[in-house]
Amino acid sequence: MSHGLLLSFEITILVLAIFLGFEVISKVPTLLHTPLMSGTNAIHGIVIVGAMLVAGADHKDTLTTIIGLIAVVLASANVVGGFVVTDRMLEMFKKRERKEPDS
Amino acid sequence: MSRETTNLLYLVTIVTFVLALRFLSNPATARRGNQIGAVGMLIAIVVTFLQDAAMSYWEIGVGMAIGGTFGAVAARKVRMTAMPQMVALFNGVGGGAAALIALAEFHNIAPHPGTLQKDISASIVLSAIIGSISFAGSMVAFAKLQELVGGRPVVYPLQQATNALLFAAVAAAGIAIVAGTERQWLMWALVAGALLFGVLFVLPIGGADMPVVISLLNAFTGLAAAATGFELENNVLIVSGMLVGASGTLLTILMGRAMNRSIANVLFGAFGQLAPSATGAAAGTVDGQVRSASAEDVAVMLAYAHKVVFVPGYGMAVAQAQHDVHALAALLEARGVEVSYAIHPVAGRMPGHMNVLLAEANVPYPQLKEMDDANSEFPRTDVALVIGANDVVNPDARNNQGSPIYGMPILNVDQSQQVVVLKRSMNPGFAGIENPLFLNPKTVMLFGDAKESVDKLAASVKAL
Repeated sequence: MSHGLLLSFEITILVLAIFLGFEVISKVPTLLHTPLMSGTNAIHGIVIVGAMLVAGADHKDTLTTIIGLIAVVLASANVVGGFVVTDRMLEMFKKRERKEPDS
Repeated sequence: MSRETTNLLYLVTIVTFVLALRFLSNPATARRGNQIGAVGMLIAIVVTFLQDAAMSYWEIGVGMAIGGTFGAVAARKVRMTAMPQMVALFNGVGGGAAALIALAEFHNIAPHPGTLQKDISASIVLSAIIGSISFAGSMVAFAKLQELVGGRPVVYPLQQATNALLFAAVAAAGIAIVAGTERQWLMWALVAGALLFGVLFVLPIGGADMPVVISLLNAFTGLAAAATGFELENNVLIVSGMLVGASGTLLTILMGRAMNRSIANVLFGAFGQLAPSATGAAAGTVDGQVRSASAEDVAVMLAYAHKVVFVPGYGMAVAQAQHDVHALAALLEARGVEVSYAIHPVAGRMPGHMNVLLAEANVPYPQLKEMDDANSEFPRTDVALVIGANDVVNPDARNNQGSPIYGMPILNVDQSQQVVVLKRSMNPGFAGIENPLFLNPKTVMLFGDAKESVDKLAASVKAL
């Protein structure tokens, strides 16, 4: 596929993703704003894929590899920390739902 | 695994992320949504490992172990009150990763300047700039929330002009790179400039506006990830990054709306510029007597009321007083007092901050009133008990045009029969603004740590 054609597809999915992003979260209640922010925070940890690609790509340059590996470390912290923090927040919502009948 | 197969498997990840966001919009399914997202992330990582391209598996594995361990330990150990700065921190490292990927990618093509496609170099420049701003800005937000630096806005002469100039210089460097000046030093200078801009951009923003800033920086990191996707021609990065960019932007707008201020006003406007003079003016004009009361007096007031509304704020979060607050509410309810909680959308340091804390303390959902419902109830309320909230109950937002928070919707606690304010001292709040509510003849102050004060109240109510 030519570079220009690929770019046009990329721009298409980008624009569709914008609408999808607005659409999917527009119904989130205030109650869940903090977990939502934290959850999306974990999702942008997907940069870890980019970090792996540049750190692991077939090149001879040491500096590229080193910078790439630091990016892997940072992105991993983003992914794991993001999901764990969100889970801890949401765990509390769950706990309350279970206890509500007997309170 | 061929690139086509990889791309199709990445689509599975994209679908899980969309489902994750959808499930997050309902309390009953939210936790499952987050878990689905985590599974999708795992799929993306495994798929990336299985690509045809040569991979330094060992080094990447070690890097993941280091970062992952740090993330897991930090996220597990943090107390619920410190969640906002944790979100800022994890957001920052994500932005930092995007900026570093841009640096590495640009360095990788260094031996052949001039061969780069314009759209690739533009993506590299964008992810480097946005990622660096997000990283530096998030770190400043983290430092402010962790109180490593003061929460007050930092202002100095010609601030706006300096920031604008700096940003123009960064943008010029970016344009030069895209135009063909593919020099390594220029890229490093661009990143350094963007980092500095990130710091200067968040420094003048007052602590009370930090939730909006974190939300915006969250959207920034999403955009940086999407730009990284263009740079590496990778669909999962483009879509996932943009999903976060769009949802983060929407959330930022919703929060701005809750404060009745435009995002531009939050970022560049009144707070930084007005706060010092307005604080001075308010301190000069406000006079009146602060009345303080003992826990016993307040306990009597509460126990013999018909209707009590609790107004929690950051003070409750800091003192970890949510369980004690719920215990006090239970005692009052046992005496037949009607208790509810008035939740301001930006109370605390993040939207929904109070909801999360009160959820932890098992407060029943129906007792949590959002701002409009709460405000219609205050005229029928005997006692409003303000627990460590300040700016969100400041009547200056209604009455004083000179106040930096003028126009922000507040909880009208001053319409209830009596107001009790639990506060550590007479110091102005995080935003550094005087609050005439404390001088209102209806108001009594109960000084001390929120947790200790609430415990004392509970003990006194029990003793009645």
